[in-house]
Amino acid sequence: MSDVVLSVQGLATAFATRAGSFKAVDGVSFDVRRGEVVGLVGESGSGKSVTGYSILGLIEPPGQIVGGRVLLEGEDLLALSPDKLRRMRGARVAMVFQDPMMTLNPVLKIGTQMAAAVRAHDRVSKAQALARARDALGTVGIPSPEERLDAYPHQLSGGMRQRVAIATALLHSPSVIIADEPTTALDVSIQGQILAEVRRLADETGTAFVWITHDLAVVSSLADEVCVMYAGRIVERGPAEAVIASPRHPYTQGLLASVPSLHEPGERLPQVPGSAPPPMERPEGCAFRPRCPRATDACLVDPVIQTYDGERRAALCHHPIEPDAAWNTSSTSTASRSAS
Amino acid sequence: MIGFLIQRLLQAIAVVFVMSLIVFVGVYAIGNPIDVLIDPAADQALREALIRQYGFDQPLPVQYLTFLGNMLTGDFGQSFVYRLPVLDLILSRLPATLELALSAMVIATVLGIPLGIWAGYKPDAVSSKLIMGLSVLGFSVPTFWVGLLLIMLFAIELGWLPSGGRGPTQEILGVDVSIFSWEGLSHLALPAFNLALFKLGLLIRLARAGMIEVMSSDFVRFARAQGLPERQVVGLHVLKNISIPIVTVFGLEFGSTLAFAVVTETIFTWPGMGKLIIDSIMVLDRPVMVAYLILVVVLFVTINLVVDLVYGQLDPRIRTKGAA
Ligand SMILES: Nc1ncnc2c1ncn2[C@@H]1O[C@H](COP(=O)(O)OP(=O)(O)O)[C@@H](O)[C@H]1O
Ligand code: SF4
Ligand SMILES: [Mg+2]
Repeated sequence: MSDVVLSVQGLATAFATRAGSFKAVDGVSFDVRRGEVVGLVGESGSGKSVTGYSILGLIEPPGQIVGGRVLLEGEDLLALSPDKLRRMRGARVAMVFQDPMMTLNPVLKIGTQMAAAVRAHDRVSKAQALARARDALGTVGIPSPEERLDAYPHQLSGGMRQRVAIATALLHSPSVIIADEPTTALDVSIQGQILAEVRRLADETGTAFVWITHDLAVVSSLADEVCVMYAGRIVERGPAEAVIASPRHPYTQGLLASVPSLHEPGERLPQVPGSAPPPMERPEGCAFRPRCPRATDACLVDPVIQTYDGERRAALCHHPIEPDAAWNTSSTSTASRSAS
Repeated sequence: MIGFLIQRLLQAIAVVFVMSLIVFVGVYAIGNPIDVLIDPAADQALREALIRQYGFDQPLPVQYLTFLGNMLTGDFGQSFVYRLPVLDLILSRLPATLELALSAMVIATVLGIPLGIWAGYKPDAVSSKLIMGLSVLGFSVPTFWVGLLLIMLFAIELGWLPSGGRGPTQEILGVDVSIFSWEGLSHLALPAFNLALFKLGLLIRLARAGMIEVMSSDFVRFARAQGLPERQVVGLHVLKNISIPIVTVFGLEFGSTLAFAVVTETIFTWPGMGKLIIDSIMVLDRPVMVAYLILVVVLFVTINLVVDLVYGQLDPRIRTKGAA
């Protein structure tokens, strides 16, 4: 698989709090290929953001990366010196955050902020940096980009600001962009536009995205692959279409059941009963056990990850759901976008 | 912007007007200046003649209107004690106080802001803890006591610096200044440092608090995610944001330093306005008190106005609001 640009292997990140230390991310592994959008899904607190920050080396005390590797085109980011890592950030792997109100500096012009991002990695003049910023704004579909350079963030709408953030992330054509719930704060139609734009960028430029979201509907419309996170671990992964059509893990099934757009209108939506345990109170064995309809005594023992479909899918469960008879799993590989 | 300016100017004038009324009535309420002005042995006829001469026999509203009318022509009356026009008297003391206050502000800013930024950047470092200790001292130890300690140590024990008074002055652009000679500087050093200490503590805390808040903001994280070097993260993204609260406090502190440098001026026998006003209060020199207080009001109003304008420069969100 030479087209794997980002390979996260056994990543573990712990936080030392007054109440004790816990692993917010506990052995997370997944691969991202060129031009692919990987959805990272899970309830709030499952460790999605910490995974994203860990990949970029943006974890600050009391947090610490305690294990694993993050291979970006074969190079382990976690083994780099702080300065080498800084040179990678923004240049080869970039990140966009949730709240477009807060990710741009309110007192600096868009052009100033973007030019600084250009010049963080390339020795170019201010004018050249601004020209590149303008081009990037055009790339993400911002009208009259020249004028936007002179605007302050508060003069733009939330959707525009998020596009500016994405344009900033694109400045150095990174191999991977980690997007942490970038459309959660936006209304649905704006979200749809941005998702379409991202899909186009991934297809046209080959930039890969790790799209963090708690919304499976977003994944179903955007992602090639999906990783479902629960309590710091990936409990299921596989081609997005296959996972959504026929989930193997009970938690994925519960999440899917609660997504309105994947149901007939008027149908009553079941929620996953209970709520995710705080990290310090995770039960022995499978962390999902207290909420799981399929739990047995076997689940008191930590499950190990099992792969299916010739390693295209995996689930972390003692009693995975049998593939849906109506869904012919062997057909998923041709249906998946990444295979095209 | 122009509309904003006019609106703020009108507000400022209204404030000055209202304050002049309050100050006049307030000062009117304390004591009878005639008792201070006149030899207690003087006879009744002389007393009454003087009362008429100063207009003290008029009802309060009339006295106020007379005062207001004179004030608008720049006439604040004569000092009972110095027999000089009050405005000239106060303005003659202004340069000394201005010099002292400005020096104190410069010391506090040049030391306080970098120290505060460092303490906020590395809150857990030993050096940061020391800096915070310094700021607590600056805050909590009374100015007069530090002043006396400074005199004892540097003037009396070590004999390095003079214990008080102002050095020789030169006239620069019509204003007397003493900072252009070693002797002048040596006189200024102790009182300026003394006066700076409280502000130093304040600015350290402000810069540190702002730093900690802004460093944990999303846009700093985003800037780091773009691979900006730390120098740029702080220099470009953080400084302008933390300067907003600092400018406010700086303005207010500058005003109050000018107006109330009394303690330091007294300890170091610095011939400024603070000393003048204390002397005037002692002898109930009413015109000086009234004029001084009104001057203080004008000063604060002006500083506030300037701060608002600087704000608009620093924070684009305010600028658009002001223009709307
Ligand atoms: N700076 C921090 N200090 C302590 N705990 C943290 C910190 N950041 C995240 N956590 C904890 O790590 C867990 C995962 O958080 P996060 O990755 O933000 O979840 P999400 O999936 O909602 O993005 C949560 O339990 C959260 O409380
Ligand atoms: S391991 Fe057991 S408890 Fe955990 S998800 Fe599977 S069936 Fe449920
Ligand atoms: Mg999150």
